[in-house]
Amino acid sequence: MKFGVVTFPGSNCDADMIYVLETIMGQEVEPLWHKDHDLKGCDLIVLPGGFSYGDYLRSGAIAKLSPIMEEVIKHANNGGYVMGICNGFQILTESGLLDGALLHNNTQKFISKNVHLKVGSSNTALTKGLDSNKAHKIPIAHGEGRFYAGEDTMKKILDNDQVLFYYADEEGAVTDAANPNGSLLNIAGICNEKRNVFGMMPHPERAADSELNNIDGKAFFESLLKFC
Amino acid sequence: MRFKAEIDVMPLDALLDPQGKAVTNSMKSIGLPEIDGVRIGRHIRLFVEADSKDVAAQKVEEACKKLLANQIMESYSFVVEEA
Repeated sequence: MKFGVVTFPGSNCDADMIYVLETIMGQEVEPLWHKDHDLKGCDLIVLPGGFSYGDYLRSGAIAKLSPIMEEVIKHANNGGYVMGICNGFQILTESGLLDGALLHNNTQKFISKNVHLKVGSSNTALTKGLDSNKAHKIPIAHGEGRFYAGEDTMKKILDNDQVLFYYADEEGAVTDAANPNGSLLNIAGICNEKRNVFGMMPHPERAADSELNNIDGKAFFESLLKFC
Repeated sequence: MRFKAEIDVMPLDALLDPQGKAVTNSMKSIGLPEIDGVRIGRHIRLFVEADSKDVAAQKVEEACKKLLANQIMESYSFVVEEA
């Protein structure tokens, strides 16, 4: 499978993502630039974390209008896989490929720490290969990660089994205390109805190299490789 | 003709505004405990070339819907006048 990793001005997790996909996972990766009009034959497009366009106006609000996003939206609408991590998730909600919005954390603080994730739906390529009984330790680093959607949208997300991950404690219990940012229902990631667009605030690419003493994130990429 | 628009984008009333909450709390510190309910949004000023005020307002409306506000979490209002 060929991965495309998009760099926007202000992206800062693009190199980590390329390193993990290429060096750890042994995959072919094409770096893509925000001004590109061509996805260069990539099967799965990754929108990495960072602060695209300086988070001007709102996180992801300007990035959604960049030339590459026209192609990413077409790719997604044709059933192609797209994955957004952190700022990438914000770009996906802003562009309408995913439901809801990501608001300022309820603490108003930028939070950078490890959290634990419980799998919501196992019925996606990103989650099918993950142990649903395990609490996956993955870092977060964001100021605007409070997932919010209106009542009707939330009902649709839940009815269609679109929640990928919930913030949980070390035992995998989804509790208020384990919710780092005030996200509705502890939601850390969702997919679209067609289950080919994934968005999550936590960074699996920061937990995929044994040098970092935590490889819980590697299973996320293994799942993609097995089930996409 | 050239028109000026003054646009306010505010977090929806139903949503927690942590920034506004922090500033409300700070009112006590500056000796103004009678001030509460602070909510913080964004003010945007822009200029539009249009044949009439109505057309200018339509353009501003479109800008708000497509970019300036995210209606999932924000509301907007604006005033258009001749520049």
